Amino acid sequence: MLKVKNIHAGIEGNEILKGINLEVKPGEVHAIMGPNGSGKSTLSSVIAGREEYEVSEGEMEFLGKDLADLDPAERAQLGIFLSFQYPIEIPGVSVSNFIKTSINEMRKARGEEPMEAKDLLKMMREKMALLEMDKGFLSRSLNEGFSGGEKKRNEIFQMAMLEPKLAILDETDSGLDIDALRIVANGVNKLKNKDNAIVVITHYQRLLDYIVPDYVHVLYKGKIVKSGDKTLALELEDKGYDWIKKEMETV
Amino acid sequence: MENLQEKLLSSFIVFENEYLSEVDSPLHEIRREALKRFENQGFPTKRDEEWKYTNLKPILKNDFRLLPKSDDDIEFKDVKRFFLNDVDSYKLVFINGVFSSWLSETTHQNWDVCTFGAALKKYRNVLDEYFSEATPKNHPLVDINTAFSKEGAFIRIPKNKVVDKPIQMIFLNTNSASEIMVQPRNLIVVEEGAQVEIVERHQNLTDNAVFTNSVTEIFAKANSVVDLYKIQNDNASATLIDNTFVQQKRDSTVTVGTFSFGGKLIRNNLNFYLTEPNCVANMDGITLIDGNQLVDHHTLADHQAPHCNSNELYKGIFDEKSHGVFNGKVIVHKDAQKTDAFQANNNVLLSDSAQIDTKPQLEIFADDVKCSHGCTVGQLDEDAMFYLQSRGINKKEARAMLMYAFTNDSLERVKISSLKRKLNILIAKKLGVDLDFEL
Repeated sequence: MLKVKNIHAGIEGNEILKGINLEVKPGEVHAIMGPNGSGKSTLSSVIAGREEYEVSEGEMEFLGKDLADLDPAERAQLGIFLSFQYPIEIPGVSVSNFIKTSINEMRKARGEEPMEAKDLLKMMREKMALLEMDKGFLSRSLNEGFSGGEKKRNEIFQMAMLEPKLAILDETDSGLDIDALRIVANGVNKLKNKDNAIVVITHYQRLLDYIVPDYVHVLYKGKIVKSGDKTLALELEDKGYDWIKKEMETV
Repeated sequence: MENLQEKLLSSFIVFENEYLSEVDSPLHEIRREALKRFENQGFPTKRDEEWKYTNLKPILKNDFRLLPKSDDDIEFKDVKRFFLNDVDSYKLVFINGVFSSWLSETTHQNWDVCTFGAALKKYRNVLDEYFSEATPKNHPLVDINTAFSKEGAFIRIPKNKVVDKPIQMIFLNTNSASEIMVQPRNLIVVEEGAQVEIVERHQNLTDNAVFTNSVTEIFAKANSVVDLYKIQNDNASATLIDNTFVQQKRDSTVTVGTFSFGGKLIRNNLNFYLTEPNCVANMDGITLIDGNQLVDHHTLADHQAPHCNSNELYKGIFDEKSHGVFNGKVIVHKDAQKTDAFQANNNVLLSDSAQIDTKPQLEIFADDVKCSHGCTVGQLDEDAMFYLQSRGINKKEARAMLMYAFTNDSLERVKISSLKRKLNILIAKKLGVDLDFEL
């Protein structure tokens, strides 16, 4: 589904990613872990197509399409979804209008008619129930005045509405209390199926108790330095990132 | 070629002889005095502080016909798009400054929705009481309008009447034979406890230069509610100087919304005089322009009495080489204690060659007042752009959504839902997208 080959990328001349390789297949859950500053968020931005980042080397392919020439909207239309670490507040755009526009722009890109308002509303209600959100939420300005937990839930709500093929969850767990974490993880698990894939980017092992990964990768100084199954996450939790750092330095 | 000032002065005798039925009344004396003041002052130049950023000189070079004729060839279907059509309304339509009874829908039942020309004959006592009472007397463009005043809208709502449908004042210019100058003169009197909603629009239907110098006087009596919405979306040969003066009595609420999307040059002089306690004055504005367009807002909130409230919320988005001016003056007189004056002018520049000159001007002589003002100039938020795009919304649409969101709160006070829809469509069109901003 997603093939990342030897990606080097950076911002304003600073190289942050130094040769990333990653392959994600339908039905898989990958976790990318690593200390602060290792390039985790850069990787998610680069896959989603943020224009500030320059890709200097390597290639990315999604569903057989080269991502190099596609802007963020086109990538989203193909089925890539990024749950933001820091969702943006946009006063004056309501959650419902945002989602309606998003869904209909995606449909337009696929040559489909806009969704009927009543179908859209029905779908919103179902997905909101899944994430234990109340109705008043739809008419609020996008992320404006939302608590940390509400912002993250809103991200997963969008994921539920857009039904992406690949969801990248960038630090979706950070700043959440355990109840909010459970609701969010629960939502993600219900959306998971054999045809889609999830990449969980996290600093902490905690989330992986709820969203169980098939593969765990450790990112350090812009490279994936270790890959394994879910036990790797537990080992990291146990020994901390210093263990990786030391290992790397001796190499 | 005569310059416009000389031409106006020399045309006055023709105007008196051919267009007026009587010239020895107190009302005509007001015209003559205004002409005299104009003769002494002439048109404002860039040396005038109030006209520093807006240069009339290139416009005054046109060879305007001053007293144009109407055009009978216009059919409603040709101009339908300039009206609000999905709501029942009264209509006052003027073509080249001349009233068109064919396209209009007037009334004298319950309230008067008719013309200034008709009022000159029928309601002379009302004109004698109000005409030129709210206008400043040091203002050449107002003076020249006063001197040549003969036609425009006349709206009078008697005590405690609530007008059942909006009134549309539409000024169409169709003179294909020459460049024209038109000077509508509108008088709106809303008596105690009465309510009215009015929509105003000026539209040039040809490529010839049109110079509209309009004056509107609004008298809002005690406890009245007046809403006036201006749609300014004219073509690139149209110049509009809109002079609107509002005199408010106690407990009245007046809202003027100015929505500017097009025209060569638009200057809005909007003055509110809060003469008695507990008035509310609302001024909303959205400016969304490109090319070489210029939109200039000069506002005045003149707080003469205590416990009044003025709110100004102006948003501007400027692309290409367009130029915005905002000058918001607030005067709080010594007796106007407990004044609450709010003023905000927020702008986004979309190109390096776009320009905005924004200036709040506060003169406060009372000591127990709340006055806040803020001007901002910014660019489009890149993080927000990426966020919207990452949800499959293409760049152009994402940009439009952000710009709409930015202007949105200046539309909140628009009460006519069909007008709100029309403004939403105009904004989407201006931003080049086919999006529905409402849900």
